[in-house]
Amino acid sequence: MVTTYLEKETIEQPIQSTVQLQMENILKVNNLEIFYGEKRAVNGISMDIGKNSVTALIGPSGCGKSTFLRSINRMNDLIPGARAQGEIIYEDLNILSEQINVVALRKEIGMVFQKPNPFPKSIYENITHALKFAGIKNKSKLDQMVEESLQKAALWDEVKDRLHKSALSLSGGQQQRLCIARTIAMKPAVMLLDEPSSALDPISNAKVEDLIVDLKKDYSIIIVTHNMQQASRISDKTAFFLNGDLIEYDATEKIFTNPSVKKTEEYISGRFG
Amino acid sequence: MKSKTADRIATGVFIAIAIIIISILVGLFSFILVNGLKHVSFDFLTTPSSNVRAGGGIRDQLFNSFYVLFITMLIAIPLGLGGAIYMAEYAKPGKVTDIIRSCIEVLASLPSIVIGMFGLLMFVNLTGWGYSIVGGALALTIINLPSIVRVGEDAIRSVPRDLKEASLALGITKWHTIKTVILPTAFPSILTGVILAAGRVFGEAAALLFTAGLSTPRLDYTNWNPFSDQSPLNIFRPAETLAVHIWSVNTQGLIPDVEEISSGSAAVLVISVLLFNLLARWIGSIIHKKITATK
Amino acid sequence: MEKIIPAKERLLKSEKKWMDGELRGKILVTICAVIMISATISITIFLGTKGLQSFIKNGVSLIEFLTSTQWNPTNKANPEYGAFPFIFGSFAVTFLSAIVAAPLGIGGAIFMTEIAPSWGRKILQPVIELLVGIPSVVYGFIGLTVLVPFIREHVGGLGFSLLSGVIVLSIMILPTITTIATDAMSSLPKNLREGSYALGATRWQTIRKVLIPAALPSLLTAVVLGMARAFGEALAVQMVIGNVRDLPSNLLDASATLTTIITLNMGHTTYGSVENNTLWSMGLILLVMSFVFILLIRYLSSRRKM
Repeated sequence: MVTTYLEKETIEQPIQSTVQLQMENILKVNNLEIFYGEKRAVNGISMDIGKNSVTALIGPSGCGKSTFLRSINRMNDLIPGARAQGEIIYEDLNILSEQINVVALRKEIGMVFQKPNPFPKSIYENITHALKFAGIKNKSKLDQMVEESLQKAALWDEVKDRLHKSALSLSGGQQQRLCIARTIAMKPAVMLLDEPSSALDPISNAKVEDLIVDLKKDYSIIIVTHNMQQASRISDKTAFFLNGDLIEYDATEKIFTNPSVKKTEEYISGRFG
Repeated sequence: MKSKTADRIATGVFIAIAIIIISILVGLFSFILVNGLKHVSFDFLTTPSSNVRAGGGIRDQLFNSFYVLFITMLIAIPLGLGGAIYMAEYAKPGKVTDIIRSCIEVLASLPSIVIGMFGLLMFVNLTGWGYSIVGGALALTIINLPSIVRVGEDAIRSVPRDLKEASLALGITKWHTIKTVILPTAFPSILTGVILAAGRVFGEAAALLFTAGLSTPRLDYTNWNPFSDQSPLNIFRPAETLAVHIWSVNTQGLIPDVEEISSGSAAVLVISVLLFNLLARWIGSIIHKKITATK
Repeated sequence: MEKIIPAKERLLKSEKKWMDGELRGKILVTICAVIMISATISITIFLGTKGLQSFIKNGVSLIEFLTSTQWNPTNKANPEYGAFPFIFGSFAVTFLSAIVAAPLGIGGAIFMTEIAPSWGRKILQPVIELLVGIPSVVYGFIGLTVLVPFIREHVGGLGFSLLSGVIVLSIMILPTITTIATDAMSSLPKNLREGSYALGATRWQTIRKVLIPAALPSLLTAVVLGMARAFGEALAVQMVIGNVRDLPSNLLDASATLTTIITLNMGHTTYGSVENNTLWSMGLILLVMSFVFILLIRYLSSRRKM
């Protein structure tokens, strides 16, 4: 990651929202560009992510929203040739900097992936896996944290009698909620959800959506979704991406009822994408 | 219809070839098992071998074969897995990685007798150990490293990427992820490959001729002290394995019942290798069932 | 989320924490990779220097070694070190067994992929795997007790002969050739076959004119790999070939190869003596030939990509 300053810098914010929301921000993105080798996937976007809210990222396939999401927890580091320029300010630090301990960062910014990916271990171990690495060894504390996170993920009642069975024996929707639970267990500040319910059936999808709305009082959530109805149902602010550019970013209600930019309107009404 | 007859003749030829191959195998196996098994008895397996008289057994050689295999795997598996992890997870595409791959290729193509000669030079003469189990094990390690690295690398690479990403996204380091997520998931394939490699090691002789030697000292099987000269567990003693024994009784031997001993030993050898293969296959199918059942 | 530790301390890299675990693991596996490189290099260097001793230290002439047919190292008055009979023997068994095993192996592969694609593999594949599993000493033993007497009685000569060596080796390298040839044939694109059949060609015509030419580099690789294996085989050949120091004049004559001479004589020559050093020189020839085979295979693989 190519950038040298750590402290936040005040930059001219292009006025994107016509409705000023009184919200504290947990992340500030400044002029972020992301490259895969020579190809630029994200073209200089700037936005603020609100605390304890759900921010949705929408746009057609390949528009850069997942790439943007993955840069927030530095998962793009895994891709050879990927590099980012600009700033993402979290807790007064530019987390794109070389000096950031990425492993520690990911404890505070968690991610749930599109396809549920529980470890081939028991339900209990899925949640304690990262906790044990973080140093929590006390069995009763672990038990308590497992129950807590499964409760928060609305999965406890369904699995409390089979915590030591394999996680792979759960249904798709349950597996995804388990993935959410194990992320919650780390008590992150931000949760990044990359199309979390696109691989799920409608009923599981509904459960996950309810869960997300419920979680926002404790976490700040950014969700990438293809499903515009989902975005309009659960998010507070929505950002529309197209070809690596941030086209419009505003309160969800405004985006879906009265967007300012024509392209946004065309996408919302299904004229493309 | 010239081309049609040509086609029929060709088909016939190919079928004949297949039959030839199958009959070669059937012939070989029946010879080995029919001729050999009649000489294999509990006595045969537990009596020490004889150098001049008839009636010897293969007790020490059998033990040596297994023990040398064990020591070899003790060295080769960590080394090979380490190399596999490096190649699959840490190596960056470039000159150094190419060099490592070429080295593995070279090691894999060296004849086992050449590696035996190297073993003689390094592990027998240079170190001053003389013929020893550990020398033989090191030579066998060199022979086996390429296949263990390949098996390990394939197994690690076939672990789904999203498992790795899930672990990393929870704030876990790469090495810990490898230890606790990737290796356990890759374990079944690694195990299968290692068992198959073990079968090959078990039958290897050329590399051991000049490293583990052609003789076994008098062993006291009740002596479990690995530092004692008479203990079978001492890795610095010479050890003739079963495969080497077959060779030596046929080329240097004076015993009158050469053929019986050799047939019996050959049968034991082949059956052991067969068991290794079957074990690997069986474990592979159990794992396969486990994985596909829970999905 | 309330954190008592300030952000700078939580999130910035610190020297100490990075040292545990992550770095240690990386060093461990890198050491393994380094060991592999050093093993290869030391084998080459050690065998190289030891192999050159007979020429450098003992003054054995390289030309004599490679071309003279008189091998008489123990003659006190006039020791001769012509290793040509053994070099010839090695190449002879290698080429001849390739000639025997290649049609069988490629034929078997074609049987599995073209003639009986649905069940052929299920039968032949385990057969091939079982053949691979037989240790080389067992092949040698069977050759010794079955093949040698058979040839002696029904074909001629002592039984211990070039022919016996060739037959034993052919069977031993058959699985290698078959496996790789099968991979080669089965990775040919399907439309190659379909296009040929669509033009009205018979199966044999398709195989002969379309498939084999297309797979040729890989098939050649299979044969070369078999040859490399044959060249380096020691014990099985040693038990049936007779081990004489004269050049064989026909297939039924006994012979010797580089590997068999090394196997026989390493044990009873003194380490450091001239005769012993010449054995190491033979080992060097084996090493060099391994490299030659590798280069040959790489060349063939690059042709395949064209």
